[in-house]
Amino acid sequence: MQQLSSINDLVIRFANVNGTGSASANNLFAKSIFRMGIPVTPKNIFPSNIQGLPTWYEVRVSDKGYLGRRSGIDIMVCVNPQSMKNDIESVRPGGYFMYDSSRPLENQYLRDDIHYIGVPMIRICQGLFPQPRQQQLLKNVVYVGALTALLDIEVDVVKNLISEEFRKKEKLIPLNFQALEAGIDYVHKHYEYPLGLRLERRDKIGNWIMIDGNSACALGAIYAGATVAAWYPITPSTSVVDAFTKYAKRLRTDPITGKKKYAIVQAEDELAAMGVVIGAMWNGARSFTATSGPGVSLMNEFIGLAYFAEIPAVLIDVQRGGPSTGMPTRTQQSDILLAAYASHGDTKHPLLFPATPKECFEMTAEAFDLAERMQTPVMVMTDLDLGMNDHLCPPFEWDDSKQFDRGKVLDAEDLEKVKEFGRYLDVDGDGIPYRTIPGTHPTKGSYFTRGSSKDEYARYTEEGEAYKRNMDRLLKKWETIKDLVPGPEHSGTGENKEGVIFFGTSAYAALEATDRLGAAGVEVDTLRLKAFPFNSAVQEFIEQHDRVYVVEQNRDAQMRSLLMIELGIDPKKLVSILNYDGFPITAGLIVNGILKFHPEVQALVANGQQASAGESTVNRKS
Amino acid sequence: MTYLRPNFRHPDLPKNALGYTRQYYEGRLSTLCAGCGHDSISGAIIQACFEMAIEPHRLAKLSGIGCSSKTPTYFLANSHGFNSVHGRMPSVATGANLANRDLIYLGVSGDGDTASIGMGQFVHAVRRNLNITYIVMNNGCYGLTKGQDSATADKGSVNKTGIANQFQTIDLAGLAMELGATFVGRSFSGDKEQLIPMIKAALVHEGFAFIDVLSPCVTFNNNTGSTKSYDYVRDHIEATAAVDYVPIKSEITTQYAEGTNKVIRMHDGSLVELHKLAPGWDPLDRGLAYSRLNESRAKGEILTGIIYMEPQSRDLHYMLDTDQRPLNTLKEADLCPGREVLEVINSENR
Repeated sequence: MQQLSSINDLVIRFANVNGTGSASANNLFAKSIFRMGIPVTPKNIFPSNIQGLPTWYEVRVSDKGYLGRRSGIDIMVCVNPQSMKNDIESVRPGGYFMYDSSRPLENQYLRDDIHYIGVPMIRICQGLFPQPRQQQLLKNVVYVGALTALLDIEVDVVKNLISEEFRKKEKLIPLNFQALEAGIDYVHKHYEYPLGLRLERRDKIGNWIMIDGNSACALGAIYAGATVAAWYPITPSTSVVDAFTKYAKRLRTDPITGKKKYAIVQAEDELAAMGVVIGAMWNGARSFTATSGPGVSLMNEFIGLAYFAEIPAVLIDVQRGGPSTGMPTRTQQSDILLAAYASHGDTKHPLLFPATPKECFEMTAEAFDLAERMQTPVMVMTDLDLGMNDHLCPPFEWDDSKQFDRGKVLDAEDLEKVKEFGRYLDVDGDGIPYRTIPGTHPTKGSYFTRGSSKDEYARYTEEGEAYKRNMDRLLKKWETIKDLVPGPEHSGTGENKEGVIFFGTSAYAALEATDRLGAAGVEVDTLRLKAFPFNSAVQEFIEQHDRVYVVEQNRDAQMRSLLMIELGIDPKKLVSILNYDGFPITAGLIVNGILKFHPEVQALVANGQQASAGESTVNRKS
Repeated sequence: MTYLRPNFRHPDLPKNALGYTRQYYEGRLSTLCAGCGHDSISGAIIQACFEMAIEPHRLAKLSGIGCSSKTPTYFLANSHGFNSVHGRMPSVATGANLANRDLIYLGVSGDGDTASIGMGQFVHAVRRNLNITYIVMNNGCYGLTKGQDSATADKGSVNKTGIANQFQTIDLAGLAMELGATFVGRSFSGDKEQLIPMIKAALVHEGFAFIDVLSPCVTFNNNTGSTKSYDYVRDHIEATAAVDYVPIKSEITTQYAEGTNKVIRMHDGSLVELHKLAPGWDPLDRGLAYSRLNESRAKGEILTGIIYMEPQSRDLHYMLDTDQRPLNTLKEADLCPGREVLEVINSENR
């Protein structure tokens, strides 16, 4: 039988039952690899359920530092009989299947092209721990122990992590050690170890951190000075506000008075959440909401108001599988058009596309500056993969000399100086007017905010010319915005005939794909979009290439449409590479999509590079 | 009602404690129909704010959409105003209030805006005891779209097209009581004697002060058979008490017979005096007030006055334990934890 063999290059998947404590054991496994200095990417594949349904945790280890998802499972750790049949089928030939051998494996589960590693997890725990609940939880640590031995993970690293994890519940540390060691011992006694697939300490992490995007967004909001958060619970964005609550409690409680320098409102629905944000921003406090596609649908009305009345707002959209309720626990980039043109009438909104937790932190913080500078809602477009999974990224940075950009706000002193105040007057010629905050001055600067048409002095009007002047000024502001939002990021020589455009979490897989393509002799330039509206660099990139692939994680090629609409690009020039099965995109899918246009290389790569084979099929059984 | 209004004002017009005349509290010319009840309510708001000597810039006026929600344009021209979207004023007001706890918030809504499209937001603003005076200009119909029945139209009430409403009515004052509102009043646009002091008391109340003001629609719902017409309301009105609002440090001058008088001290020290109190009425007793409200409804009476109040109520900021300083005044030093803390957070994620 084929033996898989490699160092620091594998995909392992854990099949668990939701709500049985597997998450912390799986996290322990991934973190141990991280602590050994090896690049690692964990991903939760979970059901919309609290307890009882199958859930998976997938860890990719990549010596080369590729942090995207890779298809093909080398090791499956199965502690869930419900999904066992499909789980066994998903293992690559030559791969390993670890299971709880407390009960024998039925014949129907036997394949002759994979290796079986039975570890009697629950029986071991029954021998060690008296309470059933403990047995249940600690059997997860037993398989971590078994893997520690099989993959050559450093035992001290795992033990240190356990000690840190249970710092505040010290009694649990020895129990966890016992379970871990029992797993190690069992492998030592019954199997050859380590496997051909194994790990080796590296120094490839440096000072990088491992954190989820939602926590990073929350921290960005804290650093940007957000004081009012309004939200309605929805997967996968709930943990943004959970994290904001946690950080705010820790960092924003006045040390002397004990009072909170923030307010969090769990609203009655997403409509109200957006209303609170707009009310707070109108009144001069930085405010945000976090939601997902269904919430953005509901917020459309208010987003249009904020656009037309020119009120700053920050919205974090952690995208999930749509349409409708869709796949609430799976990832997608399918709110692009919804967000870009949210609400009725002529509207468009700046979007930011973070690709890493570090960018979640920075772009959320920047979103507040942009929203206030541009006096319009800004949406930070992350996704479930980025938001809810831990990702390796460079440490967060902050410049203490940085001042918040509150935009064009006139204070009492300014109002004394200005000759006249017109809320919607284009004083500077950039389309951005000046605003005042309620309560600023006893006799100057008050105005009426409304979602209906108005003139330069915020007076209601139905005069066609005044309406048109206002709409045209908003368009001028849109032109100004193009140079305020972050520009795209390039890679490649710039001399190649083909280009690849991608954004958000597709970046990991896209950059891995270009490496693979380069190795096969297909050189491409890349452009990572970081924001909408697109500035001239995006247009130039497309113009400079004969064919441009647009990689995105939705069915309808929404970003391609947006490029066509906004830049007037010939549709024939833009080739879509799409991933929309709810799992994070893989490099293999992108490689295959591009190689369709390079048939001579396609045959070559299909033979030589196993990892890309089979990844273009989107139907997965799990 | 559109007409020309001269800017000239007699120099000897009375001024309030801030030195402003009543004119300073007016707004732009109303574009509502001549005789609209809403204009009278705007007048009452102007009068109340003038007499209380409220700094106009310390008050923010907010509304939704509809005839009633247009009125903030017609009063307090020197206050910031926000005409938001239909039925969503409560959430905008919530955000505004959280941003600056020091301003006075006046929300104006209508029966369509509150009892239909905005019911969800209204209910939750009450639950949160948001510190706002929330006035519903209640005419039982959708004026701006030409007179369709609203959810507060009484069952059996006949609208201008001659059709009787078949659906159950929503009694907003009763609903506010049910939801635990800490100040519930009802009045009539034609009764300034009652409405003006009631608005004053509501403005000093800490928490959700709800006033349901019957405000006949002269164009679409003032016909025979309508229970929201001027004639019908005047014929069926029943008052719990006459209301006086006594500012801080002022003397109570009026005297009334023992037992018909009640003085309630508000949290800021001002007094609300209720006199000619209906027998057995206690506006501080929620259960009693609620049952009296229901009884009078069963009798076909329109009960007006301060129906219930909780003078020591604490608002959303108290529940959230927010800083005494308005959140919108906090600067970088208060809000941004800085680089060193970020380093610690980085190390926690390694």
